[in-house]
Parts: sequence; structure tokens; C-alpha cells
Amino acid sequence: MQIYLPIAEVSVNAFLLLGLGGMVGILSGMFGVGGGFLMTPLLFFIGIPPAVAVATEANQIVASSFSGVLAHFRRKTVDFRMGTVLLVGGLMGAALGVVVFNYLKSLGQVDLLVTLCYVVFLGVVGSLMFVESLRALRKAKKGGGAPAKRRQRGWVHAMPFKMRFRTSGLYISVIPPVLVGLCVGVLSAIMGVGGGFIMVPAMIYLLGMPTKVVVGTSLFQIIFVTAFTTMLHATTNYTVDIVLAVLLLVGGVVGAQIGTVIGSRMPAEQLRVLLAALVLVVCGKLALDLLIEPSELFSLGSEGGH
Amino acid sequence: MLKRLIALLVLCCTPAFAEDEQVVLGLSQDRVAITATFDGSEILIFGAVKRETPIPSGPPLEVIVAVAGPSSPVIVRRKERKVGIWVNTDSVLVDSAPSFYAVATSGPLDDILTDTEDLRYRISIERAIRSVGAAMHIRGAQDFADAVVRIREDENLYSIRENTVAVDEQTLFRTSIAMPADLTEGDYAARIFLTRDGEVISQYETIIDVRKVGLERFLYNMSRQQPVWYGLMSLVIAIAAGWGASTAFRLLRET
Repeated sequence: MQIYLPIAEVSVNAFLLLGLGGMVGILSGMFGVGGGFLMTPLLFFIGIPPAVAVATEANQIVASSFSGVLAHFRRKTVDFRMGTVLLVGGLMGAALGVVVFNYLKSLGQVDLLVTLCYVVFLGVVGSLMFVESLRALRKAKKGGGAPAKRRQRGWVHAMPFKMRFRTSGLYISVIPPVLVGLCVGVLSAIMGVGGGFIMVPAMIYLLGMPTKVVVGTSLFQIIFVTAFTTMLHATTNYTVDIVLAVLLLVGGVVGAQIGTVIGSRMPAEQLRVLLAALVLVVCGKLALDLLIEPSELFSLGSEGGH
Repeated sequence: MLKRLIALLVLCCTPAFAEDEQVVLGLSQDRVAITATFDGSEILIFGAVKRETPIPSGPPLEVIVAVAGPSSPVIVRRKERKVGIWVNTDSVLVDSAPSFYAVATSGPLDDILTDTEDLRYRISIERAIRSVGAAMHIRGAQDFADAVVRIREDENLYSIRENTVAVDEQTLFRTSIAMPADLTEGDYAARIFLTRDGEVISQYETIIDVRKVGLERFLYNMSRQQPVWYGLMSLVIAIAAGWGASTAFRLLRET
């Protein structure tokens, strides 16, 4: 069934959108990532204009994260205090990111820099996670289930403004979480994603949070940052397509529910290997696009548009 | 395919240059309504040639129909390999390019229309695109204009279909123009040219109104006129759907 999207001004198959939403929703629920880093390129691929894809994706992430976080609320795997601290950084970062984005746009190189951002961040995060989780898996097999004590980072504990995060069982300075939130906020505004794929590893490896709490807490933070991004896009670029968003999220929310169940039944280490592999595949695809000569050297853009 | 058969005969003629032969035109529909399930439309364009004198001898009458969507400036960027990766380097602003352009003719365009006439009436796709300000310091500036045509032809937005206008007895003609699903709103100009021996002897122009209607219209207007409310509405709908589906799924599993 074809459906005409009022803002994107293109006609697409409604079932294709439902399917995409559902597929990405499952991943979103499993890994606690918003799924934007997969969905945004997929939307480009089916012919949605990039500006509309990025803005609408932010709106859709709000919905799929909301349904995901509800499941985590019930299992009490959300650290509200940590989430709020991350959020403070995230909102500042998103505002800063929009300024950077508009500056890059005026240089006319925004597409390249967005792709480079993807390749670099996905590549680094993916490889680190892959190596780390493989090592953990091997250890778990050999040692008969005696997990190695996580390496504590001295500088995190040496900073002032300490705060107790009961749910995470941490007593650390608020500066690292605010900085993590800030960086993720900037990146999410530039790359048009929720930023979970960077925040989840940062929370595990940098802040030392328990894996089970990480997913719910990152979803909690993502909801507010992407809601803020949606409003920015809706009021400045008029590129939020509600019809597209509803179709994606109908598939997405159902997928996220299934994903959360799958995620809670799988061992955390395996979950991380899978996420790392997924991140590396997306990274590889984007890197190839930069390296291989495109079949069409020219591209069209509207004046002032993205 | 949404086919509205509002058979509307426009029976007025424009005696623009006091021709012996004039076009009397009909359209199967003079407006295209973009609804939620819109996936393209086909417009039947038919007409007759009105003349006071007998059919002139010599080369036969030929008909060209050109339908153009609203024009806007387009930035064309070219990629080049820099330090191993492909990046956008040069860009050219094409002053005006129609969002949609379809030409249907009764014979090979080169045979039925001279270059001079093409230049004057901007009929062929290449002529319909205007790139006056194309920077001459960029090598191969023409490549950029060609790229617009090539890319839009691939997207079925530009097309030239020769021999698709049927002409009977040098008097009646008809053709159909397929409009793709990815239409932008606006006034689409349909121009009909009568030619003999490559010269345009009569032309006629009418407007096809392409508009969003219903929910599409409402959402589009709201997003432009009340962006804050539109944004908030999008968020509320998104969150409500998220919460609703989550609750429904949980109830489903508990029962």
C-alpha cells in the first residue's frame, strides 16, 4: 500500500516503513540504542530527503525509547539520578551541536563530515567493544564464571562534586557524566541519532556503571534529548514528518517490546558482542561509500537546504 | 491509480499571433489532488485544431505537448577524490529547473522543431533548465546542467517521449502524461505547440493545479504556520503511541 508523506513529499510503501520500524525497534529494545544510526541511513536509502529523515528519526526515537524505558521502569533498571545528570549535559550538547551543524552547512561539507563522524565513532566504539566483550566471553568460559573485577579509573574518583548514585552503586564526581552527556548531545545533533551507541559504551567503560542499568538509563536520557532535537527541527527547518514518524513508530514500539524481552534473557556479554558486530558492519558500509568511486558523481541540493 | 474524470473542456482560444490554425484543448482533469494514498496520476490531454481555411499543403501538422512543474534553483555538487575519499568539491547553482518536466511529441523532436524555435519557446528538456549564472571558471560547467537532467530522468521526473502524441487527419490529437507519485505542489503549466516544417505556428497554455488535500493539506499547513504546536503534537502522538503499544503488549503477555 503506497502512502504519500505530506512533509517529505514522496510516496512510499506503508508496509516497508512498518517493517523497518519493527526491525530497528527490536535492536533498540535489545541494546538500549535508539536505533537512529541504522534507521537514518536506511531512510536515505528508500528515498526520504536527508533533512526530513534526520528530523523525523528524532521524533521516532522519542517514541520507541519511551516504550523501551517503561519496560525498564518496571524492572527498576533505570538510574534516575544518573539519567538527570547525563541529561543536563545532553541538552547543552544538543544546542551546541545545532550551532556546529549550521556552521558546517554554511561550509557546504556537512554530508562528508556527518559520514566521517559516523565512520570514526562507529569504528572506534565498535572495535573497542568487540575486543573487550570477546575477552570477557573467553574469560567467562575458561574461569567457570568468575568475572574479572572491572578496572577502576583513578581520575574519575579524584574529581570534586561527588554524588551517590544508588541504583548504579557508584559514588563519583558529576563532571564525567555531564561531559559524557555533552559529547553525546553534540554528536546526536550533528549525526541525527539518539546517541545510545556511544553513550552505552561510555557508561560501561568510562563511568563503570553495571550493564543492566546502562540500557534503561540511556533510554531515559535519549527521550529528552531527542524530544529537544525534534522541537528544534520542527521550528527551524519544518522537516518533521508526523505521518512517517507514526508509521515507523507503530512498527518500532512493538519491536522494542520484543527486543527488551530478548535482551533481558540474553547474557550481557553476548549482547555486547552482537552490538559491537552491528556497529562495525554499519561503519564498514559507510567507509566503503567514501572509498569507492560513486556511480553518480553529481548530486542535487536545494538552495539553503541540506 | 486515482483517476478523476472531471472532463473539463476549455473552449477558449488565444489568438496570440493571429494564426490560421488554433488549438482547442481538453484535459481529463485540470487539478491533481494529492491525498494520503496518492501514487501518481495520468492526465489525458486531447484537443483539436480549429481553422477557417483548408488544411495547408506541404509538411504535415505536428503537435508537441510539454508539462512543467514549478521551477526552483538547484545546487549541483560534484565529487572528486581527495586523499583517498570521495568528497564534494565544485558546485554550480542552476538558476531555475522545473521539479517535473515531460514532453510528448508526434514525431522525432529534432525533425519537427528547429533549434531556433526550441531556443525561443524553451521546449526541450535542456532548454527548460536555465543556468545563466553557471560559473565559467569551473571546468565542464555544462556537465552540471547535464547532471540535473540525468539525475531527474533517472527519477522519472523528466521525460521526453517522442511519437506519443496521436494526430488524426491533421486535426485531432491526444496524448497522456504520466505524473509520478513524488510530485511537489504547485501550478503545472501544460503547453501545446503546433508546428509545421519545424516552425511553431500556434501555441496554447493551460494550468494543471497540483495540490495536497485533506489530512495532507492540514498537516502541511500546520507544520509551516504553527511549527511549535506541530512539534509538540508530533511528540505527544509519538509518546502516546509508545505508551499505548507498550501497555497493550504487556496486557497481551499477562493474559
